[in-house]
Amino acid sequence: MYNKLVSAGNTGKNAGSDCHVSLELLETGGIQLSIDSKVGTLYGGRIAALCREMLGHFGIENASLAVEDSGAFDFVIAARIEACVRQLIPTDKRYLPELIPQNSYASKADKMRFSRLYIPGNSPKMMINGGIYGAHGIILDLEDAVAPQKKDEARLLVRNALRQIDFYGAERMVRINQLPRGLEDLDEIIPHQVHLVLLPKCESREQILEVNERIGAIQRQHQLEGEVYLMPIIESALGVIKAYEIASAAENVVAVALGLEDYCADLGVRRTVAGAESLYAKSALVNACRAAGVQAIDSVFSDFQDEEGLRETVLLAKSLGFEGIGCIHPNQIKPVHESFAPLEEEIEKAKKIVLVFEQAEAAGLGVVSIGSKMIDPPVVKRAVQLIDRAISLGKLPQNWRPEGE
Amino acid sequence: MVKNAVGRVVPTTVNNVAAEPYKGVGKHRPRGRKYSTPISSCADYPSDGNKLVPSLKEALIRSGLRDGITISTHHHFRDGDLIANQIFEIAAELGIKGLVWAPSASFPCHKPIIQHLENGVVHHIEGSMNGALGRYCSEGKMAGLGVLRSHGGRYQAIQDGELHIDIAVIAAPAADAFGNANALYGDAACGSLGFALADSEYADKVIVVTDNLRPFPCVPWQIQGNYVDYTVVVDKVGIPEKIISGTTQITRSPDRLLLAEMTARFCEQAGLIRQGFSFQAGAGGTSLAIGIYFAEILKKKGFKSGFARGGSNKYLVEMLEQDLTDYILDGQTFDLEGVRSLRENIQHVMTSPFTSYNYHGKGNFASMVDIAILGATEIDLNYNGNVVTHSDGYLLHGIGGWQNCLFAKCVILPIPLFRGRVPVIKDQVTTICGPGELIDVIVTERGIAINPLRQDLLDAVKHSSLPLRTIEELKAEADRICGTPDPLNLGDEVVAAVKWVDGTVIDAVRRVIA
Repeated sequence: MYNKLVSAGNTGKNAGSDCHVSLELLETGGIQLSIDSKVGTLYGGRIAALCREMLGHFGIENASLAVEDSGAFDFVIAARIEACVRQLIPTDKRYLPELIPQNSYASKADKMRFSRLYIPGNSPKMMINGGIYGAHGIILDLEDAVAPQKKDEARLLVRNALRQIDFYGAERMVRINQLPRGLEDLDEIIPHQVHLVLLPKCESREQILEVNERIGAIQRQHQLEGEVYLMPIIESALGVIKAYEIASAAENVVAVALGLEDYCADLGVRRTVAGAESLYAKSALVNACRAAGVQAIDSVFSDFQDEEGLRETVLLAKSLGFEGIGCIHPNQIKPVHESFAPLEEEIEKAKKIVLVFEQAEAAGLGVVSIGSKMIDPPVVKRAVQLIDRAISLGKLPQNWRPEGE
Repeated sequence: MVKNAVGRVVPTTVNNVAAEPYKGVGKHRPRGRKYSTPISSCADYPSDGNKLVPSLKEALIRSGLRDGITISTHHHFRDGDLIANQIFEIAAELGIKGLVWAPSASFPCHKPIIQHLENGVVHHIEGSMNGALGRYCSEGKMAGLGVLRSHGGRYQAIQDGELHIDIAVIAAPAADAFGNANALYGDAACGSLGFALADSEYADKVIVVTDNLRPFPCVPWQIQGNYVDYTVVVDKVGIPEKIISGTTQITRSPDRLLLAEMTARFCEQAGLIRQGFSFQAGAGGTSLAIGIYFAEILKKKGFKSGFARGGSNKYLVEMLEQDLTDYILDGQTFDLEGVRSLRENIQHVMTSPFTSYNYHGKGNFASMVDIAILGATEIDLNYNGNVVTHSDGYLLHGIGGWQNCLFAKCVILPIPLFRGRVPVIKDQVTTICGPGELIDVIVTERGIAINPLRQDLLDAVKHSSLPLRTIEELKAEADRICGTPDPLNLGDEVVAAVKWVDGTVIDAVRRVIA
């Protein structure tokens, strides 16, 4: 473990808000710090203090630690240092930054999930403002967005981000790696207020159960309560066949998403904008999700500069029965929300249904109808949900009922 | 040194000229008369109107180039200026020392001036110092004090005789031999020459340099030949690609788009966007995006703006041509669409720092604008703003029209809560460039703060869905995210003075300990 130089983090032009840390354990000589920071005038002292505190925390007395800092926040620097330490000494210790109180809100199973913004799990610059664009969910992505050799350090960065970054009410999601590596991801992230875990390339019920078993064990170990929801992602022909089995595998599966890049590769076809090749998968998924009573979520739209294309895709998705889509760029969120939002005529119809139902209920009537059409309880439930959404999207005021009602 | 009305300790002489400390908005009322130039006689000028001399060098010599004088240039060519550097090369070649350069702004292309500051050809700069020049001045390497003025403050200082210009060199995209000049034609066409107006009116000697000599009369004559001593023809006055500003594309940055959208929403919900309203148009990516949002709101509501004042570009021209605004009052033109429109459209009007910004005039346009959207490097809890230094103390930007635009009816600053790791809201700004009483609204990605002095605005948006916060709450959030920075350790030595619009000293820039 001595005289071996290890490093973590990123440096260079695109490493804004990140840092590169290298560490070597020494046999004698105390702690030698070298800090080269873009914000050294304002934060140099603070960074040095953090470095010393962390090395002390891990019981390191003799080491050479170099930080090349491009304006990283403390929780980023801490994740990078810990990633170095763990490469050199076996330890069960963790250095956890404060879990900010703003992050202790809950989610719910039928939460609105129109948009969920993917943020690469090893890119601190994109994390810090992740919550300001109003996405319904924020996904810290440990899977495809992280290079294989960066998986271990990304896990620590995502953990610290979950504790420190305020996502302003968005559902807090993590996409773990494919199993079995994904199970190790769970160990690191589950204790830190994760609302929902995305499970990539899901093909069976067993995978869901395996993930749930691990989550349960972690929760027992840390004496945690509360449901962690799952959103399996189906990305293969077999996955589509097994969609219902997956969607109904466990109570905490609240949505199933489609990943079309891999699905098309599996089919051996090219993914097109028109999407004829994936129509079956989309419909099959929506049908399975409806049967299981969970949300169906569409695949991401990859050209983030093509707003018109995105809007068309979302309108199609909505018409097929999808209730959300992944976003790879913040500029996609607004068009996605606008396209998924209920239309004026839908809102008007829902208002009418709810009002008629409430009147009938007040009058003690069992059967409700508008004109010659009977209104079933599921229709009412759907109308109530639509109105809730319209309110939360700012399309309807809270007090939408006519005066005097 | 004396403490001024915003509590800053400032020098009472700047480069051996007495300077008044800042006293408050509208408090300094100078008496006396404006500066006037010596009387000229037509007997001393060619009656055929041909003032051409063979070279810039000869024109400078004939204008009395000598040690210690002040030479001015304008910045309409932005980073494509080819003339300012030549002036000081000529001076160096002639062994001249101790000059003062008084540009209306400097750009990265003026980095070679550093070598003339090093070798004593230039003593100091009175004007904005950006990039390398700002760094040089900040580290205390300049022989004299830097003097930073707003565009309007520069006009005021020249008019009041506080900044005396011995020789003004006015590079012009089009001129005749008499000296009439404009910027509407030629390879270097940049729209307006307004920043050179004061120089033409008040300098002892005026040289017009052009690469596009036109037969008399060169019209319109934004610069009048009757002020001009010599005209010079050169191969090239500017580099066209660099004259077009780099910031004429609408931002694609999601953070900036969010700020732009929130700003437009604020204006709409506060009822500021009305039939006939006017706004300050800027060149930055965020300002451009706000302009687009304004246009959308105007279309949606069937309103039309009375006038847009400031920098023009293709987006503003589109608004004019789509009849979404009645007039563009153009201070500087940022692209060729702006130049074309200035040439063709009588409702696209050239302005100058005299008409728009000069505080020592009988009114100006800036205070008649309804909404001004500006930037800042820092803001403090009293809403005082800084635009010239960064939080590490380095002088990196000019004031531009910022101070002058603060007099608009509603001043809004869309700014990120932090840049990189550096918070923008401070207990005290590093340098005060504008008093908080003139700054009304801060729009950040994490909330909007309204100056408590603007109860009317607070009332107007009380029931809106806008994310309203106090400035203290915003600062606390930024400090939580970034960590509280160490206090900045600056030297005592003053390296530059920041003037207010009335010529008083609002703050002094201290040396950075490098």
